[in-house]
Amino acid sequence: MTGGVTRAEYCVVACAEAWRGDGEILAAPMGAVPRIGARLARRTFAPELMLTDGEAMIVGGGPEEGDPEVVEGWLPYRAHLALVTGGRRHVMMGASQLDRHGNQNISCVGDWKRPKRQLLGVRGAPVNTLNNPTSYWVPRHSRRVFVERVDMVCGVGHDRASAAGPAATRFHDLRCVVTDLAVLDFATPDRTLRVRSLHPGVTAEAVREATGFPLDIADDVPSTREPTPAELRLIREVIDPEGAREREVPS
Amino acid sequence: MTAEEAVGRIRSGMTVGIGGWGSRRKPMALVRALLRSEVTDLTVVSFGGPDVGLLTAAGKVRKLVTAFATLDSIPLEPHFRAARERGDIELTELDESMMMWGLTAAVHRLPFLPVRAGLGSDVMTVNPGLRTVTSPYEDGEELVAVPALRLDVALVHLNRADAQGNGQYLGPDPYFDDLFCEAAAEAYLCCERVVATAEFADAGGPQTLLVKRHAVTGVIETPGGAHFTSCAPDYGRDEAFQSAYAKAAADPEAWREFTRRFLSGDEERYRAAVAAFGREGA
Repeated sequence: MTGGVTRAEYCVVACAEAWRGDGEILAAPMGAVPRIGARLARRTFAPELMLTDGEAMIVGGGPEEGDPEVVEGWLPYRAHLALVTGGRRHVMMGASQLDRHGNQNISCVGDWKRPKRQLLGVRGAPVNTLNNPTSYWVPRHSRRVFVERVDMVCGVGHDRASAAGPAATRFHDLRCVVTDLAVLDFATPDRTLRVRSLHPGVTAEAVREATGFPLDIADDVPSTREPTPAELRLIREVIDPEGAREREVPS
Repeated sequence: MTAEEAVGRIRSGMTVGIGGWGSRRKPMALVRALLRSEVTDLTVVSFGGPDVGLLTAAGKVRKLVTAFATLDSIPLEPHFRAARERGDIELTELDESMMMWGLTAAVHRLPFLPVRAGLGSDVMTVNPGLRTVTSPYEDGEELVAVPALRLDVALVHLNRADAQGNGQYLGPDPYFDDLFCEAAAEAYLCCERVVATAEFADAGGPQTLLVKRHAVTGVIETPGGAHFTSCAPDYGRDEAFQSAYAKAAADPEAWREFTRRFLSGDEERYRAAVAAFGREGA
């Protein structure tokens, strides 16, 4: 059943992998593909993960494949913010801009005083990045997103956290960046972005071309792993039968 | 009390906190009453939604204190976006948790509360007045001192209230409405239904009694008063209407027409126009 794996399905698996080994924490995915990925992780290799319904309820699943989600806890915004600062959470946020140090922007493009384009606002990116593990999901890897300098630092990158001192770095933990082309992380000596794996069918050249700064890609960079037949069945039949993943990452 | 009476207590230049979150349980009937008033030059503190959009579109907002403005199912609030891109409003852009702790500091009559959030981010650079504070203990950590967000007036919408100002929420999330009321010198609570105090127990457990009467100045019964935002379990968001709002907001001519049709009369006319809009869609 591995034939015909779509790019979106590789992305789902790559997102799921972000939460591997996290233990009993809240997985906080933003975006359709991360949401499907987090559910895939919980139904396979990370059953201890906690998830919300996207609002105020923590939902758990039964032991059987296809069991409906049931409410197992309550997490209104005020409690959610406490959970963020307590650190028992791994969020995967979106990014309108991201630089090589992991600084992220979702607030606005252009000069903050009078932006060319107002976006969401800083939201919870500052509290997230200073307090709990943070990853990013970029459904369209492009030079518009991967920029030399972000216009407004919402999510804090390694250089900015270091400059802000020990209180900023104490719980700062950027894990990975999943895009429609590749999986990236910060496992370089100066903790800047590098490619960890390329999705099957994607060349290193294509990723370099779509990135607005020089990017470290090893000659022997591995491919993002294949979904197992069981994972593919879960994605297609149980977690995302409507195909929301394909709308976020069109084939 | 009526919405007009409540809004009549608000003066131009005041700092007004608005409860709810994004496009969820916003005191929209009070916002609409504000639109009909002469009040202007407001500082608005809000987890922003269409409340922020409507007030900025009407030129009522001088300064906004927020972490975002969103319609939830539509990610970007169109009037907020336009106002920012025109440079029309002053913005104090804080992280979500900084908002919560700023309100909490005001509730506790503290000048600030220390948080980690904000360090290293541009929240510190776009708000040059923000200061840090150093822990006097062994750790010596330098944290952000979020200043108290004191409010002149708070406006919130809950599911039920009694005439004395005790308020009950019945949805999944209290948001921060109790903090808004307690951080304010005066608070106005609108609700779906005013009930006898003894009726609270029929609708939910004691933990649903979110707002206490000592923190409330006036109660206003406004059925449908959170429309078009959600007010679970009484009603969900009116997605069709919100979508029409967002569409109209994108074009000055369409916005004039939207204003004429929905926002140029009193609350009763608003409800009649919304009902007519609903019948067109059906």
